[in-house]
Amino acid sequence: MTTQRTSGRRKQALAAAAVVAGLLTTAACGGGDSDGSKNGAAGFDAANNKVAQASLAKKGGTLKFGGAQDADSWDTTRGYYGFAWNFMRYYSRQLVTNKTSAGADGAKVTPDLATGLAKITDGGKTYTYTLRDGVTWEDGKPITSKDVKYGIERVWAQDVLSGGPTYLKDFLDPDGKYQGPYKDKSADHLGLKAIDTPDDKTIVFHLPKANADFEEVLALTSASPVRQDKDTKAKYTLHPFSSGPYKFASYSPGKDLTLVRNDAWKQSSDPVRKAYPDKITVKFFSNANDLDQRLINGDIDLDLNQTGMSPQGRTVALKQHKGNLDNPVSGYIRYAVFPQSVKPFDNVHCRNAVIYGADHVSLQTARGGPVAGGDIGTNMLPPSVPGAEGQKYDPFQIAGANKNGNAAKAKEELKACGKADGFSTTIAVRNNKPVEVATAQSLQASLAKVGIKAEIDQYDGSQTPGIIGSPSNVKKKGYGIIIMGWGPDFPTVQGFGLPLWDSKYISQSGNNNYALIKDKKIDGLFDQYVNTLDAGKKTEIATEINHKVMEGGYYLPFTFEKFINWRSDRLANVYTTDAYSGMYDFVNLGLKSSK
Amino acid sequence: MTAPLHEPTAEAAPSAADEAAVAAAGTKAVQGRSLGRIAWERLKRDKLALTGGIVVLLLIVVALLAPLITKLVGQDPNAYNESMIDPLFGTPKGSLGGISGDHLLGVEPVSGRDIFARIVYGAQISLLVGFLSAVVAVVLGTVLGILAGFFGGWVDSVISRVMDGLLAFPQLLFIIALVSVMPNQMLGLSGTGVRVFVMILVIGFFGWPYIGRVVRGQTLSLREREYVEAARSLGAGQLYILFKELLPNLVAPIIVYSTMMIPTNILTEAALSFLGVGVKPPTASWGQMLSNAIDYYDSDPMYMVVPGVAIFITVLAFNLFGDGVRDALDPKGSR
Repeated sequence: MTTQRTSGRRKQALAAAAVVAGLLTTAACGGGDSDGSKNGAAGFDAANNKVAQASLAKKGGTLKFGGAQDADSWDTTRGYYGFAWNFMRYYSRQLVTNKTSAGADGAKVTPDLATGLAKITDGGKTYTYTLRDGVTWEDGKPITSKDVKYGIERVWAQDVLSGGPTYLKDFLDPDGKYQGPYKDKSADHLGLKAIDTPDDKTIVFHLPKANADFEEVLALTSASPVRQDKDTKAKYTLHPFSSGPYKFASYSPGKDLTLVRNDAWKQSSDPVRKAYPDKITVKFFSNANDLDQRLINGDIDLDLNQTGMSPQGRTVALKQHKGNLDNPVSGYIRYAVFPQSVKPFDNVHCRNAVIYGADHVSLQTARGGPVAGGDIGTNMLPPSVPGAEGQKYDPFQIAGANKNGNAAKAKEELKACGKADGFSTTIAVRNNKPVEVATAQSLQASLAKVGIKAEIDQYDGSQTPGIIGSPSNVKKKGYGIIIMGWGPDFPTVQGFGLPLWDSKYISQSGNNNYALIKDKKIDGLFDQYVNTLDAGKKTEIATEINHKVMEGGYYLPFTFEKFINWRSDRLANVYTTDAYSGMYDFVNLGLKSSK
Repeated sequence: MTAPLHEPTAEAAPSAADEAAVAAAGTKAVQGRSLGRIAWERLKRDKLALTGGIVVLLLIVVALLAPLITKLVGQDPNAYNESMIDPLFGTPKGSLGGISGDHLLGVEPVSGRDIFARIVYGAQISLLVGFLSAVVAVVLGTVLGILAGFFGGWVDSVISRVMDGLLAFPQLLFIIALVSVMPNQMLGLSGTGVRVFVMILVIGFFGWPYIGRVVRGQTLSLREREYVEAARSLGAGQLYILFKELLPNLVAPIIVYSTMMIPTNILTEAALSFLGVGVKPPTASWGQMLSNAIDYYDSDPMYMVVPGVAIFITVLAFNLFGDGVRDALDPKGSR
């Protein structure tokens, strides 16, 4: 998943919460961190991995979102932004979805349209679900298993409906035999062989190869049902046909979006959604500072994008309205990666020299510091992924003895690499991410001290896949160090690391294995992971993969990212969830007053 | 109107004031004074222009001695000082953006780099680009302007149309587009060197029509003058007339326009760096500092004030000096 596409989840939150609590005592400068009054803010971090003011939520009222960026698409098949997946649960239901509970528990999968979790047979290759009674579309017609199948088939129509996650396609039809519903010659356009719908209530998935994460993928909104007669193809984003408690009332892209109650939806048919407000509005702003100001003024309840406040608003909010803020871990790792095709980064010692030479505290400060940026990253598995060890696994002593850089050690590695006098290289960084440019400058300054002369090349951030995603271009431009960030689509080592570390994922464009890692051991561990159904064993393999990646010295992690999000005084039943990278769980937000 | 009765303005004949001064000198022998000397006498009397000139000189000295000055205050423009930064907000510790005995103008947010050192080094870039691009513009403008004015006809038509075209060209957009496709290494330069080189060339290239038009206009009127006729009738070649007869009489407007052009160029460089197509990090530039300061205008206003004031003072000094030079060389010229 690319940086913009914030999604992903995390499971292990206790460690992070403890760190946050520790910071509070040291870094707090005023602001009420009390549990908050009934009408006021709930307090700093009151909704971080726990539910704030649940009992104050009343039915009714208008919940007001604001966003600096519209969704890439509101079509359930096409959206890839994490906030869009989160928001889609207002108007779409899935067979299974993530639990509507705080923190790590929110990342667990729970039945939604289905009566229960999958019946898994045939050694993990067959998944069977039965649909609940009383589930309906916004016009009152029942949702059938064929609607679910059609909705999933749309993922195959990448030529018309590009942009969304394609895991379903990769897992169910890895050879790409099915052409998608729009080119489907069968009369009902339900020709996908991997899914059976023996009756309107039953749906059976046949995987060609077992995959331990299949149900996680079914919980993504891209597995939502779509009804054939309402499928407007590329225009579906303008008015997705609702299966959830709210439906589209109006939408002007980039300006505003209004959802109203879907009267056909019945609370009794939905074990997940509470549907407190009567109306949900989203207003889009062209300027993030403008949005932050409106949040602080109380005109808007929360940020739709959930990417954290910008430096300006953040400072004001931290100083004056601390009780309205939460400081969750995002599930992202921010890092520098060393393509092995660019000399001298083919030599592990030269890679290690950069890791030792970097000033990790300075990099953390450039990312925004311990609160707004996150804890210093010490390895490449985000805290939300099972098998992650957080700062406990720190092979380079990044957060320990070498946190301000270790010039002696770096020089030693340079000597071992045969470049005792240092070398010259280029740092590639997106020009539209000021924070990333700041980290590049920090890295440049600390590397200069050990004799590594780095030039910064700011490339067009909107062209990322074609520039750093093209190994031949990376080699041609001599990008020895690439600054990037990555978060999981779903919280497993497969959902995070497969595209980054598996040699099969090296491609000529849109490549994400920037380091060009071709390690048979890592590939083998991924193959083993996919076939492992035991949760404990899966965790072990995840840990081992992470260790192998770190031992290769391919990455210099900067931070386990955190951000600061605003919640207005009006909100009740607020909590962050690992299902959506530490964002607030939108679907069950309530208001304290129905006005 | 009839031409011969009217003195062309750029002849820079002795002004009424000087004639009066000469008259007041009475019986004293009338001494011939060169144009430069007259201008210098006038400039010396203009306090504002002199102040501007002194500031300009000072800036040049600062830019030239940047490494020495920063060494004296013990600060490196590219050294990070995390200890000066509040980790929670990323802003400098202490009041007024961390101004202290060590950091005369405070430190940058996030990195803690010394602002004084960066301002001093930033002057190098500003002045370098400002001066050299003016030189490019003046050379091109003078040569092409004089050719257009002197030869007239199709030469004039072609050069004039080119000037019209260039004046209508959106130069800022062009530079942004050009810089983003520029290679990292070029002509033995790399990184910031390439950027500076490109900025100088492009700013200079788009600046020459302004000076070219003035030179052409002056040449048009000068070439009909009697002394040119005289030279011609004595059998002087065209090159001789161009460079020995015309050029010396064009020096005044050229000097005036180039002093007025430098501050504009400095502003253009600042604008380009502000837009992110100027020098490359970590090279310090005032425009880039301003651009970075936007995120902190509320929490650390000093960071925006310092480079802003630096640009303001520099441009003001050049403008005052330029105005003074113009008044001195061309007292009858309209403001």
